[in-house]
Amino acid sequence: MSTTKWRSIIALSTAAILSGGVLAGCSSSSSPAKASNPLAPAKASAGTVVIGSNSFAESTLLADIYGQALAAKGFTVKYQLNIGARPVTYQQISTGAITLMPEYNGALLDYLDTSVVKKAAEPQTSTAQVDSEVSADLPSTLEILDPASAQDNDTLTLTKAEAAALNLGPGASIADFVKALGTQKITIGAAPEYQTKIDGLLGIEQDYGLNPAQVTFKPLDEGGSLTEAALTNGSVQAGDLFTTDTTIAKGSLLTLTDPKNIFGLQNVVPLVYKSGLSATGVAALNAVSAKLDSATLLSLDNLNAGQGQDPATVAKTWLTSEGLI
Amino acid sequence: MVARALGKKAGRAVNLLNYLNSFLHDPAYWHGQDSVWQRLLQHCEYTGIALLAAAVLAFPLGCLTGHTGRGGPLVSVLATAARALPTFGLLVLLTVLMGIGFLPVAVPLVALAVPPILLATHVGIRGVDPAAVDAARGLGMRPMQILLQVEIPAALPSILNGLRSAAVQIVATATIAAYVSFGGLGRYIVDGLSEYDYVQVVGGAVLVALLSIAVLGLFAVLKRVVVSPGIRAR
Repeated sequence: MSTTKWRSIIALSTAAILSGGVLAGCSSSSSPAKASNPLAPAKASAGTVVIGSNSFAESTLLADIYGQALAAKGFTVKYQLNIGARPVTYQQISTGAITLMPEYNGALLDYLDTSVVKKAAEPQTSTAQVDSEVSADLPSTLEILDPASAQDNDTLTLTKAEAAALNLGPGASIADFVKALGTQKITIGAAPEYQTKIDGLLGIEQDYGLNPAQVTFKPLDEGGSLTEAALTNGSVQAGDLFTTDTTIAKGSLLTLTDPKNIFGLQNVVPLVYKSGLSATGVAALNAVSAKLDSATLLSLDNLNAGQGQDPATVAKTWLTSEGLI
Repeated sequence: MVARALGKKAGRAVNLLNYLNSFLHDPAYWHGQDSVWQRLLQHCEYTGIALLAAAVLAFPLGCLTGHTGRGGPLVSVLATAARALPTFGLLVLLTVLMGIGFLPVAVPLVALAVPPILLATHVGIRGVDPAAVDAARGLGMRPMQILLQVEIPAALPSILNGLRSAAVQIVATATIAAYVSFGGLGRYIVDGLSEYDYVQVVGGAVLVALLSIAVLGLFAVLKRVVVSPGIRAR
């Protein structure tokens, strides 16, 4: 008995120490850059560009596109792909461990400026406005380059059945949807934060007048396989898929238009660690962004995520066809 | 600022306690429909259902293989294979295939809990003193009587250990139910992470840890109550 007791004491204390470590690990992401972190990779050496990406297909594809454009200009390019979500990648780029991250201007602004009140007061109306706000919030070591016209935005997307039931067709807006819904109930599936974001359910309720009591919210993932499946098989009636998601066309889903612009702008834009990239590099990246529009991004996503082609190959084919490499 | 002056490690610890303190003192978490109590109840519900289902599957099988002495390799293959299943992957895969529902949540949790129960039952019953089993047979007991009156009572400490580790693993892992829109204490962790609200994350994680410890305590009491004093002394 006494050995068992000791064993459980040891096990408990080990568990406590381990969980303490893990929790401390979590909390650390809220504190600013820590150059002394022994686990942080060394800063990229001069002439070498380290490109990161978030853990979703389009981010990796964009990393490949920007990376190959730089490689063609003679830069040594290293990839750190599928790192995780924005808090992690932003921390990495602010220490200079990563030189370049493909970003989305609206989402980046949301991350840098977490005040919901401010966001409600200042809706995102133009790419230039969003970019200047982002630049104002960034530390002096970081900058965003020219935005691409390509956007990948949040949406409110209806299942085929729900669109038919409400008699809504292509071109219908969120306002039409709220009107057609009347007092009926609706189940909406999206990432957990969609429920509390002004560029999410909160905005739909405030700006389009959807009554919160009508909504059953199912917290799922950020436009990923769970939300796609839930919309395709009807587990939810509406959800948040990204505008460049190939599931929308494949599943005959209806993406509602957003005339009040609550989802803001999500232009693809390279976020760079200034001292890690020369003017030649900046010019090469700006040349790529100039050619990247939403239709192009959608078709490249379709080749990559939709048909399962290797993102590096998709990137190379497109860059070659545009004469960028 | 003060936290940073204390140095990185101390700073983190202070942060952590601040988070926990804010969580404990925010009335929003402790009242209403989505209160901690509601989440706790949901968490216990998921854990209870999964543990029961796993026990129903694994316990009789462990008794059978332990009693007959056959199927030892089968048990170890089954247990090892089930342990290799990536719980989170299984959850997402089943949810994508079957739609949102409790079954895709329960299956990975059951798969997680079967190996410890199966192994502990098998090993416990195999390890019963052969002399005691012989004596029982000599007294004219039938196999079922030997199993129920001699082997299971004697193997009870091992069986309870298996159930205990299964329960603790389920408590810790049931947090992933929140990833596919279910409740439970994982809601705080998943929602908190996606909203960069670390107060919520820390609060949820601490609650899960406390629940695990409570489960350990429950099994310690259970052991005192159900294990025969003669066996406990050994």
